[in-house]
Amino acid sequence: MIMNAKLATAIAAAITMSGTVAANAKTEMEKCYGVSLAGQNDCAAGPGTTCAGTSTTDYQGNAWKLVPAGTCADIETPAGHNGSLEPIES
Amino acid sequence: MALRAGTGVGFKPQHFTAIQGTAPDLAFFEVHAENYMGAGGAPHAMLTRLRQDYQLSIHGVGLSIGGTHLNSDHLQRLKALCDRYQPDSFSEHLAWSSHGNEFLNDLLPLPYTPQNLDRICDHVDQVQEVLGRRMLLENPATYVTFAESSIPETEFMTRIARRTGCGLLLDVSNVFVSCVNHRTDPLAYLAEFPLDLVDEIHLGGHEEEELPSGPLLIDAHGREVAQPVWALFGHVLDRRGAVATLVEWDNDVPDWATLKAEADRADAMIRERDSHVAA
Amino acid sequence: MLRPDFTTVFRAGLANGTVPAGTSPDLPQEAAQRFAVYRNNVAHSLSQALARRFPVIERLVGSQFFAAMAREFIAAHPPISPVLQEWGGAFPKFLEGFAPVGGLPYLPAVAGLEWARGLAYHAADAVPIAPEDLHRIERPRLHPSVRVLRCNHPAVSIWQANQPGQDGRVSARGHEIALIWRKPDLSVGTMSIPPLQAALIEALLDGATLEAAALVTDPVPVLGLLLRENLICTTGV
Repeated sequence: MIMNAKLATAIAAAITMSGTVAANAKTEMEKCYGVSLAGQNDCAAGPGTTCAGTSTTDYQGNAWKLVPAGTCADIETPAGHNGSLEPIES
Repeated sequence: MALRAGTGVGFKPQHFTAIQGTAPDLAFFEVHAENYMGAGGAPHAMLTRLRQDYQLSIHGVGLSIGGTHLNSDHLQRLKALCDRYQPDSFSEHLAWSSHGNEFLNDLLPLPYTPQNLDRICDHVDQVQEVLGRRMLLENPATYVTFAESSIPETEFMTRIARRTGCGLLLDVSNVFVSCVNHRTDPLAYLAEFPLDLVDEIHLGGHEEEELPSGPLLIDAHGREVAQPVWALFGHVLDRRGAVATLVEWDNDVPDWATLKAEADRADAMIRERDSHVAA
Repeated sequence: MLRPDFTTVFRAGLANGTVPAGTSPDLPQEAAQRFAVYRNNVAHSLSQALARRFPVIERLVGSQFFAAMAREFIAAHPPISPVLQEWGGAFPKFLEGFAPVGGLPYLPAVAGLEWARGLAYHAADAVPIAPEDLHRIERPRLHPSVRVLRCNHPAVSIWQANQPGQDGRVSARGHEIALIWRKPDLSVGTMSIPPLQAALIEALLDGATLEAAALVTDPVPVLGLLLRENLICTTGV
């Protein structure tokens, strides 16, 4: 295969780089919410409960008086306003 | 092809490193089939590695054997998984979990009627034919009974096993949970259960709630095995002899040492019976 | 006379709370509470499965809100396979149209990122080339886990700021392009990359020759990363 000299040089540089940066790879390993944790399927009952309060009827009716209450308020959105904790009109 | 009489643990990916580091003396690991149906990556790498050192039990949680029909695509995927890993055991539940195309992700109960018996026998036949292997069927933990049921659960399972040739997986925790929930005697249940057909036992922790008529136990697999379940397990071992036994812990999964301690407890009880037999 | 199958009656009860006739006949006064265990198990287990697949979305909206929203999603898009890791692909699109999160317009992009991470985690295996062999390969084949995601929000920064131990604060704005790949240790990498590097990777994903792809931008950083992470693979497997 014929390859231009510039590309060949680039590939050589990339190969060198791939070897030297490897040491970094470990420290970079982020501690993140893994897809790895906990397979999705299991055969246990949930923390099952007879309490209707946690059943599917839970939020019906008044459901969307609920508002997001996580970390979203701290995110500056591209539009420039912060994620709102105010109820959303719909 | 069978699990040897020893103790196994339900495998969780977060324990992989500890298992590799300590090479625990266990007979087998059990995994839920559906978590290993992806194409590649870590799940298969871990399972392949475990398979080299231990016997393997593949335990399905999504086949819906008690449902109206078997999902043939899913059965084919199970076959591919079994062909790939050649497990020493394959088991599934006496329960249903799909309705139409919808997967409900819980082991749901069914009335024990002659019609359902026929249907489940057909399904077990199909599974065994497609997989080309004998399967084990597990008794469920239930919270309700049905007026329509005309066959006791123990007889229902016995008849399925006799007709299809399948083996049985006796979940001793499920026996305790169901019997307490339905105000019946677990020892009477075990007296009726065909222990000669049992090739594996499950043990897992349960939660307890109160209803007006008494306790309601939930099969949550989120804690240690309870004392009365250990006692029932000992009773089963006395009658059945040593048999492959799994400790399962699926919710609030503890560190490896805690889980291994539970397994060691089961193992000590099995070995005790083994040495009695030898003596 | 046909009557609905037992599972159909039971399934309807799971949704609307109607306890199937003949449930727990010995303790009829407790039938509803006992049946509720199954209702809770189904709702809770599916909601949990979704949360495990979209942990950052759960953190962004809070677990209580997430559980309520999951219920709406489950009703609209229930799993159709028992393999739950394959369920949830419709969630990013669902979030786009879900009015109660209309004030958090970046959620669909973050959910898309989380979905892509799951796909990368379970993607097929492939055998990496030896780095020296890159000199002899005309059209490098990238690992099946590699994905380039063009996000109309700073989804990578938001995702990173919401990992365990992070405070959730994000100063980035505008678009971001995510590179998602499976690392040699089989965990999933996620980082934001500049547009020209993204274009180069996309060209390789589309089957371009290295020579053509390298016209886009200086290929050294991208090729260095791809080689280091074992992402250039042989075509044999």
